[in-house]
Amino acid sequence: MKTIDLQEHTVRDLNQALHDQAGECTIREWEVLEPKGQHNIACGLDQSLAVDIKGHAGYFCAGMNKKAHVTIFGNAGQGVAENMMSGTVRVKGDASQAAGATAHGGLLVIEGNAGARCGISMKGVDIIVKGNVGHMSCFMGQAGSLVVCGDAGDALGDSLYETHIYVKGSVKSLGADCIEKEMREEHIEELTELLNRAGVEEDPTAFKRYGSARQLYNFKVDNASAY
Amino acid sequence: MSEDINVKDGLRESATFDRTTMTEIRRAAETGIYDIRGFGAKRKLPHFDDLLFLGASMSRYPLEGYREKCNTSVTLGSRFAKKPIVIDIPVTIAGMSFGALSANAKEALGRGASIMGTSTTTGDGGMTPEERGQSSKLVYQYLPSRYGMNPDDLRKADAIEVVLGQGAKPGGGGMLLGQKITDRVAKMRTLPMGVDQRSACRHPDWTGPDDLAIKIQELREITDWQVPIYIKVGATRTYYDVKLAVKAGADVIVVDGMQGGTAATQDVFIEHVGIPTLAAIPQAVQALQEMGMHRKVQLIVSGGIRNGADVAKCMALGADAVAIGTAALVALGCNHPKYDEEFKQIGSAAGFYDDYHEGKDPAGISTQNPDLMKRLDPVEAGRKLANYLNVLTLEAQTLARACGKNDLRNLEPEDLVALTVESAAMARVPLAGTSWVPGQKY
Repeated sequence: MKTIDLQEHTVRDLNQALHDQAGECTIREWEVLEPKGQHNIACGLDQSLAVDIKGHAGYFCAGMNKKAHVTIFGNAGQGVAENMMSGTVRVKGDASQAAGATAHGGLLVIEGNAGARCGISMKGVDIIVKGNVGHMSCFMGQAGSLVVCGDAGDALGDSLYETHIYVKGSVKSLGADCIEKEMREEHIEELTELLNRAGVEEDPTAFKRYGSARQLYNFKVDNASAY
Repeated sequence: MSEDINVKDGLRESATFDRTTMTEIRRAAETGIYDIRGFGAKRKLPHFDDLLFLGASMSRYPLEGYREKCNTSVTLGSRFAKKPIVIDIPVTIAGMSFGALSANAKEALGRGASIMGTSTTTGDGGMTPEERGQSSKLVYQYLPSRYGMNPDDLRKADAIEVVLGQGAKPGGGGMLLGQKITDRVAKMRTLPMGVDQRSACRHPDWTGPDDLAIKIQELREITDWQVPIYIKVGATRTYYDVKLAVKAGADVIVVDGMQGGTAATQDVFIEHVGIPTLAAIPQAVQALQEMGMHRKVQLIVSGGIRNGADVAKCMALGADAVAIGTAALVALGCNHPKYDEEFKQIGSAAGFYDDYHEGKDPAGISTQNPDLMKRLDPVEAGRKLANYLNVLTLEAQTLARACGKNDLRNLEPEDLVALTVESAAMARVPLAGTSWVPGQKY
């Protein structure tokens, strides 16, 4: 294991060292000490590395991740795992707004709560939040799944495309074109698999499913009041 | 106002309610929905035609047009990037998406730009292999929708352009209507076929200039600080926007005036939001100069650039380069008269066609229809674009030499005068024959 202390090295030093593993991987396990909320830690990874960040991370931690497994032993700032393509990002604490924004793949697990716009414009990532999510979560979600074990804030799934949303707790309000849908057997199976992947013990039958009503997929003047 | 063909009969058309206005009122009354179209602002605006160059005579020394060199190359992104882009001519191709444009059109843009040693730019929807393959210098747009956005393509790019807005619709997002969403376009954007694809008007994971500074750092980290990062803004509060863009860490700033084109938005947006390109340049240059960053952070200007005179005037006002979109499409064959009959069949006419969003372009450019797309030969169209870019460059050089300049970037506001009070005030150059710059002490 390679240990890098961010009080002794810069984020640039760290990221370059991690990026250098993209070709021939010589060190698979990494430990980052004293991050102290610095931004852009471990972004742009492109190798099956295991990166443990021992403390709080700032904005865009693990942004655009590919293949790597990043664990933040603390809270994460805005846009954690934004535009992730594959791999896993796990936040042991809470995540700020726009967690997993636009992410195309991989798995994002937030063991605490997530702020506003969690999963905004998500394009295939699976996001599991053990706590609550803030308002406008999954706004314009295109693909993938958002699982919320706690409560969801206002306007959940506004202008949703094809993301699957599962919420165990309450939903303060649904956004435009987002509706509650029947929880069929295949959805129980999907949710069970998601919870297992995330290592979260919850009863999948206790969740409700939400999805797009698909009424706003094509602009119609009759729907003007919904926009 | 439309041509008054009935004046001989004693009839008089209203300047306020002319035929175009009345037609739009009737259309709105019939449909109940605003007009969506492509192209840029069609209203008459103060523009580069309102400026003239003061050629050399007794007080200035001209350069020989056919003998003495006039440099046209420009380095973009020298502030932070390890690998700035060097373009051979100061005319680049603006961002236009695959989806809005056919794959052949995108390939042709890449081919034409590469022949002339300049850059082209992706658009909403991501990077296609054809475009990357044919573009020797490719700028990758980073847009609010992040359709097709991935780190592999980001690292393949020669520069990254963070798009905050465009001149045709500053403050607005985009829409690619379902009729243009083929299987390939849908897959690249991770959306079902046939669905209207809304492009967000603001980025999903940052909200202000301080956040943007961190976002730019993220992009630099992911690309190991190799490539330049541009920030593109639609021209509105340009002075302040440019200052904030510099503060956020841009290598290059792109300012797109309201004559800049779009693939689709509301007509009311195109015609009533933003400021003319002419008015935006001095604001941008002032902001850069006050920060000591003029020529250090390069300025690219777009919106209504049509000929070498426009290029030279932009550069005289302080731009480092220009970008063209609409003019490049016209060079490829957009609105070509040979398709006039077919334009009429879809309710338009050659030279007037702007319904790019409908995907029925007879010229095969703003369409995803396979039969129409085949009409555009990317090799021939690319050659035409290269010819056109060459003419723009030769014309700009001609004017620069006449002003005694051996580099296009040596042109300066002192070389210009204005024909109208409005253009003098906007461009901050004297009204021709006077020393009067409206709004400034004299």
